[in-house]
Amino acid sequence: MSATEIQPPRSGQIGGKPESGKIAPKYRRNGNSRGNFEMLAWLFMRLSGVVLVVLIFGHLIVNLLVGEGIHAIDFGFVAGKWADPFWQFWDLAMLWLAMLHGTNGVRTIINDYAEKDSTRFWLKMVLYAASAVIIILGTLVIFTFNPCPVVDGVQLPGGFCPA
Amino acid sequence: MWSWVGHRITGVVIFFFLLVHVLDTSLVRVSPEAYTAVIGAYKNPLMALGETGLVAAIVFHAFNGLRIIAVDFWKKGAKYQRQMLWVVLGLWVVTMVAFAIRHLSLALGGH
Repeated sequence: MSATEIQPPRSGQIGGKPESGKIAPKYRRNGNSRGNFEMLAWLFMRLSGVVLVVLIFGHLIVNLLVGEGIHAIDFGFVAGKWADPFWQFWDLAMLWLAMLHGTNGVRTIINDYAEKDSTRFWLKMVLYAASAVIIILGTLVIFTFNPCPVVDGVQLPGGFCPA
Repeated sequence: MWSWVGHRITGVVIFFFLLVHVLDTSLVRVSPEAYTAVIGAYKNPLMALGETGLVAAIVFHAFNGLRIIAVDFWKKGAKYQRQMLWVVLGLWVVTMVAFAIRHLSLALGGH
């Protein structure tokens, strides 16, 4: 190996000793304070990705491809699904995994393209705030939703509603 | 390299749709009329094309994501990454032709 050979940033061979997976000190932005968060995030993207393929393909098939497809979607359609704990749990898992997966993906993109420290910080704060609002809102909607509302004194029809 | 660019772009598109989609679905908590009115906006012909584009983004991101997992965890993943990209694109075309026929005929087929 010649002295001028360029090392990839993750080779970790600056001190001559290979430390696989460690980023060499001169390429680090935040010192060494982040522990193995980035590795856990990397693993989470793969694990949640596999589960999301199943959850989202199931969601698309049931909502868009079966029966009348998109024409069947109205309040009664959503109410019918969320009267069943199975679909409540399905949609809750999809909401949390998709939001965390998407937030971490956009976080990676911000880290890659926003070079100024303050820009990077504020973009991520906006991202985290938006994600928190959407996750909390979605969770509350799934669990506080009443599938059998009374509108103008009349019970809306639905086979899942008590007569 | 282009699969990486495609993965980023489709990822961002899906994320922003997800934010809007949670908000529109949350209207079920406001009133049945509010939800049904807004969801009606998804049922016009232009939106049917938009939905097909969105599903195209989701299906590419899903299949290419599984390819990334194979590259990372399968012993021969890196060696066959190019062949796997062709498999991803082939499955993507087949899936999208089937989805587009079904969804567009439902969405554009009257009612």
